[in-house]
Amino acid sequence: MNIDNIKKEFPIFNNKVHNNDLVYLDSANSSQKPQVVIDRIYDFYSKEFSNVGRSIHYLAVAATNMYENTRVSVQKFINAKDKNEIVFTKGATEAINLVASTYGQKYLKSGDEVLLTELEHHSNYVPWHYLRKSKGVKIEFADVNDDGEVTLESIEKKINSKTKMIAITHLSNVTGAILPIKEITQLAHSKNIPVLVDGCQGAPHLKLDMQDLDCDFYAISCHKMYGPTGLGILYAKKKWLEELPPYQGGGGMIGEVKKEGITYGDLPNKYEAGTMQTAQVIAFNESIKFLNKIGIENIMKHESELINYGQEILRKNNSVKLIGNPKNKGSVLSFTLDGIHPHDIATVLDEDGVAIRAGHHCCQILHDKLNIPASARASLGVYNTKDDLDKLNNALNNCKKIFNTK
Amino acid sequence: MNLKELYQEIILDHGKNPRNLRKTENFNKDAKGYNPLCGDKVHVFLKLNENKKIEDISFEGSGCAISMASASLMTDLVKDKEEKEARDLIKDFLDMIKEKPELVTKSLSEDEKTKLMSLSGVKQYPMRVKCATLAWHTLTSAITNSQEEINTEKFD
Repeated sequence: MNIDNIKKEFPIFNNKVHNNDLVYLDSANSSQKPQVVIDRIYDFYSKEFSNVGRSIHYLAVAATNMYENTRVSVQKFINAKDKNEIVFTKGATEAINLVASTYGQKYLKSGDEVLLTELEHHSNYVPWHYLRKSKGVKIEFADVNDDGEVTLESIEKKINSKTKMIAITHLSNVTGAILPIKEITQLAHSKNIPVLVDGCQGAPHLKLDMQDLDCDFYAISCHKMYGPTGLGILYAKKKWLEELPPYQGGGGMIGEVKKEGITYGDLPNKYEAGTMQTAQVIAFNESIKFLNKIGIENIMKHESELINYGQEILRKNNSVKLIGNPKNKGSVLSFTLDGIHPHDIATVLDEDGVAIRAGHHCCQILHDKLNIPASARASLGVYNTKDDLDKLNNALNNCKKIFNTK
Repeated sequence: MNLKELYQEIILDHGKNPRNLRKTENFNKDAKGYNPLCGDKVHVFLKLNENKKIEDISFEGSGCAISMASASLMTDLVKDKEEKEARDLIKDFLDMIKEKPELVTKSLSEDEKTKLMSLSGVKQYPMRVKCATLAWHTLTSAITNSQEEINTEKFD
């Protein structure tokens, strides 16, 4: 599949926005969907629908097999050791909540510390914040440096004998910094501390190898990977899924249910209570096939060229201030524009068909540190081109004209 | 009116050259407002005389063009009004921004109403409505002396 023509695989680009071609630069928020994924959802509901894992009629067996096929595809895609280390959730947020809640319940006590970073998205802070209230757990933040990075050293500085969990992003959704996960995990494991990685931005843009990274938990958001909404994945080492208590109770996750007591199901059922996102899981297999067909290495090369080009043209635009300058940078360009509030930028750009995000991108801690209330963010996906970035730059110049700034 | 036209006319005028962006001397009422989603901040100062008339009103703050233009328009329009008229106008504006098709107040001229109605463009953008209403909620807080800092997102 030729990456230069990939846009035509995404039907959304046939539509106009305010009479302009859509320039979609909000993939860090959510990515657009290729036709194959859309078709799979339609076909499943029209011809193959059944709930999974319960009934033994023809449709139920076929649906269960397709559902489990996605689990194997995900396992291979992230090189997990065992397919039962893949748990489907409603999103990456639920995946992190699952770990914070069950790990917190079983292993954390008052005075224990959870180490996060100043780059974290609210979804990798708020679930841990609950443990402050319920358990008296302390939360520490590893510092971000002037380039918008969190280094191994800044993590090491905050580790002490009370540290009982390290939860960090793989790729910052604001500065684009890619964290040295493998090194951080080695350090953490040398001190017997488990590591959770928020892989929302990592999974769509980086080659993943769980056995090489060796992290204990990795949370994935499927709708950012050209897949359906309402679906996330928790990768967890088998020993954790066996040791930790169940998260939600309900049908499908049990072994035997008696008035006197209950036993829980085997992995991965133990963590998949109630009717799951059957259509989404089955359609997500198409997202993985789509990514594999292009090749994650090709995607990384393409996006890296784009991000370099984007930085180059935005740096030439005098009033643009890029946020962060990490040496190892993923597909995010956050910036401010002199004299124009980011929300005003986003609204004006929208009129030109250029979709960006403005705000704190669910990272208030980071924006406080940067001492700005908000920023504008252009984020890339596999379908973006240099032409999109030129259009972004032109739209920013239009915006400056409207606001009469230089 | 689409938002681009909105930006080009009133918002740019008031956003770039806000009226009453200062601090009233001898103010006797004030209140602060904050919208953490955008970082918009506004501090409204009032001088109410013994006849409950707004002798002077001003504001300090920073934020997006919509929040600044809204504060600027508001201070322009409520100056010299009776407190009761100001309260009615606030209610009228908030009703209009939320759901009503137009302003019904009799305390504004047609010209003034047209100016204020320019902000109705934000109705199509629910995420921006709080930018337009911040100054108005803050004025309510100042008038009622509630000493409550307006925060568009209450902390749990």
